[in-house]
Amino acid sequence: MHLTLLAIDWVLLAEKAILILIIISISLVVAMYETWGERKVAAFMQDRRGPNRAGPGGLFQPLADGLKLFAKEEIIPNHSNWLLFILGPGLAMLTAMMTSAVVPWSSHFDLFHRHVSMQIADVNIGILYIFGVVSMGVYGVMIGGWASNNKFSLLAAIRGASQIISYELAMGLSIIALLMVTGSLSLRTIVEQQQAGHYYILLQPLGFLIFLVCSFAECNRTPFDLSEADNELNMGFHLEYSSMKLGFFLFAEYVNVFISSAVMATLYFGGYDIPFVNDASLAQKIGQNPVAALQIVSFFVKIVAFIFFFMWVRWTIPRFRYDQLMRLGWKVLIPLALINMLVTGFLVLLHQNNWHF
Amino acid sequence: MQPLTSRAKAVDRKPMTMWEKMYIPAIAKGMSITFGHMFKKKPTVNYPEKTRPFSPVFRGLHVLNRDEQGRERCTACGLCAVACPAEAITMEAAERLPQEENLYREEKYAAKYEINMLRCIFCGLCEEACPKDAIYLSETFAPANYTRKGFIYGKEELLIPDPVTDPEGFAKARGAHEPTTAGK
Repeated sequence: MHLTLLAIDWVLLAEKAILILIIISISLVVAMYETWGERKVAAFMQDRRGPNRAGPGGLFQPLADGLKLFAKEEIIPNHSNWLLFILGPGLAMLTAMMTSAVVPWSSHFDLFHRHVSMQIADVNIGILYIFGVVSMGVYGVMIGGWASNNKFSLLAAIRGASQIISYELAMGLSIIALLMVTGSLSLRTIVEQQQAGHYYILLQPLGFLIFLVCSFAECNRTPFDLSEADNELNMGFHLEYSSMKLGFFLFAEYVNVFISSAVMATLYFGGYDIPFVNDASLAQKIGQNPVAALQIVSFFVKIVAFIFFFMWVRWTIPRFRYDQLMRLGWKVLIPLALINMLVTGFLVLLHQNNWHF
Repeated sequence: MQPLTSRAKAVDRKPMTMWEKMYIPAIAKGMSITFGHMFKKKPTVNYPEKTRPFSPVFRGLHVLNRDEQGRERCTACGLCAVACPAEAITMEAAERLPQEENLYREEKYAAKYEINMLRCIFCGLCEEACPKDAIYLSETFAPANYTRKGFIYGKEELLIPDPVTDPEGFAKARGAHEPTTAGK
C-alpha cells in the first residue's frame, strides 16, 4: 500500500515536537522565575530585600511556592459549574502557551545536515495568529469568573473582558501601522527586515507606545489589573479558585508577560538580531551554530529587559479607575492609533512614489 | 482661615494643562523615582543571623543568679514576689542541709521558684527588690510556646549555668547585663 499523499517527514515531526517541548518548558521556567523576579524587583523598589531564605538569593522560592500550591486542597464550590470551573484556568494556560508557536527564537541551526529552524511554525499570518490566540485568552478570565457563581468574580470577569476587548482594538490599529511598513504578517520576515535595515521602533515610536500600553492591558497587569483588583473585588475572577487551578491563572499571567515581551521584542526591537553586529557576516566568520546560539541569548536579553519593564511599571503606577481605563482606551489610544495609522499610510504611499506628490 | 501649621498648603484645583494631561512625563518621573530606590541601602536587618543591639536598659527573660563558686544566691525571702505588680512569681523555701553548702549560699534557699511569663510585664521590679542580687533580667526575650503551661518557668529554665563547671554557658546567659542592685 502506497500512501504517497501521507508521506510524512517523521524527522521534521520529531524536530518540531522537541522544539515545542523545549519552548514550553522554557516558558514555564521563565514564568516561574518571573514570580521570583517580581518579588525581588518589588522588594528592591520598596527598599526591602525580598525572598532570600530558600536557596541562595531565594532562588528556590518558586519551587517552594509551586509545592505549596500543589499541596493545597482543591475546592470546587457547590454552586459552580464544575466543567467550566475547570475549563477556565485550563483555557487561560492553553492560550498563554499557544502564542509562542509563531515567535522566531533564533535564525536556524545546522544539525545533522538538517536546517533546524528555531520557530515552531513560520506561518505567513503570524501576527493574525497571535491576535487570534490572545483574544481567546479573555475566555479564560470570563469563563473562570462566571463559572464561580459569585458576584465579585462575575463583576471582575466582565471588567476584565471589556477591558481586554477595548484595548485589543487599539492594539490592532497600532499593529496595522506597523504592517504597512513591513508589508508582511510573518514574524520571521519582520525580523529579517529589521536585520537588514533598522529596528521598527525608529519608524513606529508612537505605534510601539500604544502597543506597549495595550499589552499591559492584555496581560491584566497593573495599572490595568482591574479584573483582580484585590481591594475592590477580593482577587476578582480567581476568588473561588484554590490549589493549582489558582496557580494556573497566576502562571498564565506570567507566561503572557513572557510571550508579550517576546512579541514586542520581535516586532519593534529586531527580535533575535544581535544589535550593532551584522549577523550574516558573523555567521560566515564563526559558523552558523554559534551565531544562532548568540541570537537566542540576544533575544532573551531583550525579553528580560521587557519583563523588567513590566515589573517596574507594576510597582510604580497605581491602578486605573474603571472610567479612567475606558477613557484612556477609547478616547485616547484608539484615536492616537488611528492618527498613527493615517500618517504612516500617507508616508508609506509617499515613499513608494519616491517622495513625489 | 488661619492655618494650623506652617506646612499647610491650599489644594490646587486648576484644570490640568495639555502637558500634564499627556501623563507620560509624570509617569517617567515616577518610574525614575522607583528605579532610584533599587540602589538604596536596605534598612532591613537579616534577623536570625544578625541582631540589632538592645538598649542598655532592655529587660528580657529573668535569670536566677549564682555566685562565683556556683552557689545559688536566692534565699527565698519573697521580696521579689511582693514587689511584683503582676503577681507572677511564686516560690517555696527550704532549709539548707549540712552537706549542701556548695549548692546554696545562705541557710535558706528556694526549693521551688516559678515565674509565669504570661503574667510577667517585664517591669524589672523584682530585680530592684532583690537584696541578694539573685534575680535579674537578661537580654533574651520569651520564646513562643504551644501551651500555657510552657510559659510557667521553673528553676530549670531560670537558673543560670554553673560558672565553675560551665563557664561559657554562664557567660552567655549572663550577657552584657550586670546585676546592678544590692549585694555588691
